[in-house]
Amino acid sequence: MAKIIVVTSGKGGVGKTTSSAALGTGIALKGHKTVIIDFDVGLRNLDLIMGCERRVVYDFVNVINKEATLNQALIKDKRTDGLYILPASQTRDKDALTLEGVDAVLKELAEEFDYIICDSPAGIERGAQMALYFADVAVVVTNPEVSSVRDSDRILGILQSKSRRAERGDAPIEEHLLITRYHPERVSAGEMLSVEDVEEILAIPLIGVIPESESVLKASNQGTPVILETESEAGLAYTDAVDRLMGEERPMRFLDVQRKGFFKRLLGG
Amino acid sequence: MGIFDYFKSKSQPSSASVAKDRLQIIVAHERSKRQQPDYLPQMQQEIIDVIRKYVQVDSKDVQIQLENIEDCSVLELNVTLPDQ
Repeated sequence: MAKIIVVTSGKGGVGKTTSSAALGTGIALKGHKTVIIDFDVGLRNLDLIMGCERRVVYDFVNVINKEATLNQALIKDKRTDGLYILPASQTRDKDALTLEGVDAVLKELAEEFDYIICDSPAGIERGAQMALYFADVAVVVTNPEVSSVRDSDRILGILQSKSRRAERGDAPIEEHLLITRYHPERVSAGEMLSVEDVEEILAIPLIGVIPESESVLKASNQGTPVILETESEAGLAYTDAVDRLMGEERPMRFLDVQRKGFFKRLLGG
Repeated sequence: MGIFDYFKSKSQPSSASVAKDRLQIIVAHERSKRQQPDYLPQMQQEIIDVIRKYVQVDSKDVQIQLENIEDCSVLELNVTLPDQ
């Protein structure tokens, strides 16, 4: 039985697509057959982050409307074995995704894949609700910043009331907190909410903390999932998050301020 | 933090702790609303109408709250009656 993981946040720009690409790649690297689906109809971007934008022929909505088969629409990742991408449609039709259509595609994917990652659009409208409706696991991506934390709490409420598991009265969606764009320096200066603050407010288990890192932008410039940047802290932090998602124990890294030299500290550099 | 920052006033709470306090309040408020059953606003209106049949009260003088304490729900009704 395939596991359906939704990567969601409510707020836009917090790193959902970056995280979907990284987590999906990391899970595939562990030998599980994985597909990442872009649910952001009209604002397709997962293809760019994964570096396969020129190979998109058919998309998710084509498959729902039976204009293409699933095999025609799936893009095989060139870097990672067992990883596929299902791109979003660029249509402006907001009703392109239907519950029955999404259900049918997920069922077909579940026969072949071990993990299905649903990259949710921002907001709490149709696309976001479709992305989370069938989920078994939710990764809630949050920046240590007031609007992101509040929106994450709102999404948690929707996961607990509007998902299929909630409607059927099944076991609730397993929720995980992924904090991204974390600045240990600003936290220690009292300018940014700490991991503990965010955990306390949202009260869901922490799966990882991704430090703010130049390598995230560099990786997206090149169309490479940042988890493949094994020299970068962000890449390593995503690898740890994948391990934890798979049930392994990993201590948190990159949460403390790196020590500066005496002169740098004196001058406040 | 450099030597110059050291002399700046330290008496104010950090902006992060202000953020945390604000978030805790708004999130708790929004969660309590989320757990309300859908019929609550309508029931609230009808209760106000019944009270108004007998006493002229403003709708802001009637407060209705549903609290869930473990597996027990308490409906709290607070009516401030006007001075005679």
